[in-house]
Amino acid sequence: MTGDLKLVEEPQKQLSMHPKKFALWLFIITVIMIFAALTSAYIVRQGEGNWMVFELPMELWVTSGIILMSSITMHWGYLAAKRDELEKVKLAVGITTFLGVAFLVGQFYVWGALVDNNVFLVGNPSGSFLYILSGLHGLHLVSGVIFLIIVLISTFKYKVHSKNMTRMQMCATYWHFLDALWIYLFIFLLLNH
Amino acid sequence: MATADIHITQEAHHDDHEHHDEHHGNFWTTYVFTIDHKMIGKQFLITGIFWALIGGALSVIFRLQLGFPDMQLEWIRPLLGQWVTPEGKLDPEFYLALVTMHGTIMVFFVLTAGLSGTFSNFLIPLQIGARDMASGFMNMLSYWFFFISSVIMFISLFIETGPASGGWVIYPPLSALPQAVNGSGLGMTLWLVSMALFIVSQLLGGINYITTVINLRTKGMSFSKLPLTIWAFFITAVIGLLSFPVLFAAALLLIFDRSFGTSFYLSDIFINGEALPNQGGSPILFQHLFWFLGHPEVYIVLLPALGITSEVIATNSRKPIFGYKAMVGSILFIAILSFVVWAHHMFVTGMDPFLGSVFMLLTLIIAVPSAVKVFNYLTTLWKGNIRFTPAMLFSIGLVSFFISGGLTGIFLGNSAIDIQLHDTYFVVAHFHLVMGSASFFGLMAGVYHWFPKFYGRMMDAKLGYVHFWLTFVGVYMVFFPMHYIGIAGYPRRYYSFTNFDTLNTFSDLNMFVSIAAIITLGAQFIFLFNFFYSMYRGRKATLNPWGSNTLEWTTPLNPGHGNWPGEIPAVYRWPYDYSKPGAKEDFIPQTVPFSETPESNLPHENELIKLESDTDEDVIVVDEK
Repeated sequence: MTGDLKLVEEPQKQLSMHPKKFALWLFIITVIMIFAALTSAYIVRQGEGNWMVFELPMELWVTSGIILMSSITMHWGYLAAKRDELEKVKLAVGITTFLGVAFLVGQFYVWGALVDNNVFLVGNPSGSFLYILSGLHGLHLVSGVIFLIIVLISTFKYKVHSKNMTRMQMCATYWHFLDALWIYLFIFLLLNH
Repeated sequence: MATADIHITQEAHHDDHEHHDEHHGNFWTTYVFTIDHKMIGKQFLITGIFWALIGGALSVIFRLQLGFPDMQLEWIRPLLGQWVTPEGKLDPEFYLALVTMHGTIMVFFVLTAGLSGTFSNFLIPLQIGARDMASGFMNMLSYWFFFISSVIMFISLFIETGPASGGWVIYPPLSALPQAVNGSGLGMTLWLVSMALFIVSQLLGGINYITTVINLRTKGMSFSKLPLTIWAFFITAVIGLLSFPVLFAAALLLIFDRSFGTSFYLSDIFINGEALPNQGGSPILFQHLFWFLGHPEVYIVLLPALGITSEVIATNSRKPIFGYKAMVGSILFIAILSFVVWAHHMFVTGMDPFLGSVFMLLTLIIAVPSAVKVFNYLTTLWKGNIRFTPAMLFSIGLVSFFISGGLTGIFLGNSAIDIQLHDTYFVVAHFHLVMGSASFFGLMAGVYHWFPKFYGRMMDAKLGYVHFWLTFVGVYMVFFPMHYIGIAGYPRRYYSFTNFDTLNTFSDLNMFVSIAAIITLGAQFIFLFNFFYSMYRGRKATLNPWGSNTLEWTTPLNPGHGNWPGEIPAVYRWPYDYSKPGAKEDFIPQTVPFSETPESNLPHENELIKLESDTDEDVIVVDEK
């Protein structure tokens, strides 16, 4: 008798990804929203006129190059970690950290070049925006460098390898994001300065 | 007789949380620096109640000024000190501070943190079947950032120059220049610091809520089986995640304008005939950035209340929610629209009239999903087997406010009518009904409904009824007359109307409103007594006092850390199988498989069982008895 059959259907396991990685992506979205707000404010404010036009310092090209290179070395380190080439991982993450610091120093020189150019934080908003955008990005980059240093320390403790990639992946994601964010800001400034 | 019994779910299950159940922390780890989502939810609730009392008290003080402009306020001097002038009147600048702080506290600290913080934290893991939030540590940080932010905002109430007083929207240049008003000095700085920390708290919370809902659902809990509460909390968190960073950007630029001399929002300002150095800024820019958060914030406040209402109304009507998919769809649609209507707060800023009509059109479209929700609430109630619990009354009250307050939104959304009504008491009446009171009633409904799960005891229903009726009638007595006052042209945020002959006509109505406001605030003390008394002395609750389907009622009476002592139950059906024809009882919890309810299954549900039995044929154990 089928009426007496007791069939228990199996509920499906729900799709999910690593919670920490997912949370990182959500954090990246909040950072995107901050910069979207600031660059929109920039465009709205520019549209209202009374906008001082000045040449962007050439140093920005150098710093942009540095951060692009750091993304390449980051990816190199990531691939090396996947293949368990631990010495290369140390080297790659070390170079990336160094390039990150170099970028920050470079941005500081950019500010110096701006001051030489008579563009100050206080003054026409076109200059203030440049300081705020680069400064806020720099602040996020500091957090990225701290993350890199944490990963670097764990590489020296041999805790980063193909079986333990979570931290490395998150660091790479965040670093590539910060790189892409800067490239966006740079192109945005080139087009709208 | 053949019996086939398949237990595929009996896989070896190891969970470290089971060991934690035996472990009891000390006072500090249990009640203060806890990472348990239930305790964090309660922390948010208690802090929210504390803020609600302060916010309510502030409103009564300025209602005294508005209703009784000639009243002697000498008796309140012990509390307010120098804010009562030597003539026994309220200081006009302090009046502005009261209005500002009332708005800030109620919108952010009570209805955002107190509502979302309490119920998202408490209900998300319990209703989706998770041990805890994705990151308990981040959750703890979220509360403590909120706590520090609260402390700073609280301190700002007591400083000599007074708290921020440029309105809760803190428009520059008023908020940017300390010369403008006393509150724009240190008070405003503290406001900005406090709100920056508040935003961090909200983002930490929001990231956690979204991650948890997406990644930690129990077996079988697909998105189409989520309770509507979770849908609402989830979308609320998404809105918060997208809009709070924008407020942060706006506040950041304001901080630079105030403290570092930049000119993002300031231009061509003369004070006492002397020009300020700031050139090239635009105060309208701030309004754009602020309202890009500010409008979604309305739905951050309202959506959790609507979610709670959906759950409470379905449970207490003993009927499935009408139009589950339409409810989810309208939440999503409202969320999307909330990001493209912000400029309806700025119709009179001199914006392009064509742009105004675009924003007007988008604004009026919000009436469609809102009406869908109202329709579905009413049709759920229709011919239901209604149980008027206090939570149910508050939910029905919410629907009432949502209708009466929502209708005036259609007027205000018109850019032409807004010219007359902008910044009058009509606006105040509108948003206090549709956003303030409706969300507050959602909060109350949630507290009454989930109190048994909070503390394992029941709140007293009779006191609940008294609380409901006094509050419900009180709210209408306060805000209904305000519509007339507003249409007559009374502007909001004015200290006094006695200097204007045209505005003397409604002083009796203002008096009425003030008395009603005092009664309404007084009624809340009934709730407070009920809440704290029931916490310790209330009737012991049963495991599922409301006969509800959702997962939180399958936990022990006082669930420990990890929520379920054994395995997390799996989910087989949606949460709204109430009064299903043929069923033995008038509710079937989500954990009951279709195979156990052959008497009430619909054809397509029987298909589901067959489907499973086909694929799992090899595991069928036929037990011949």
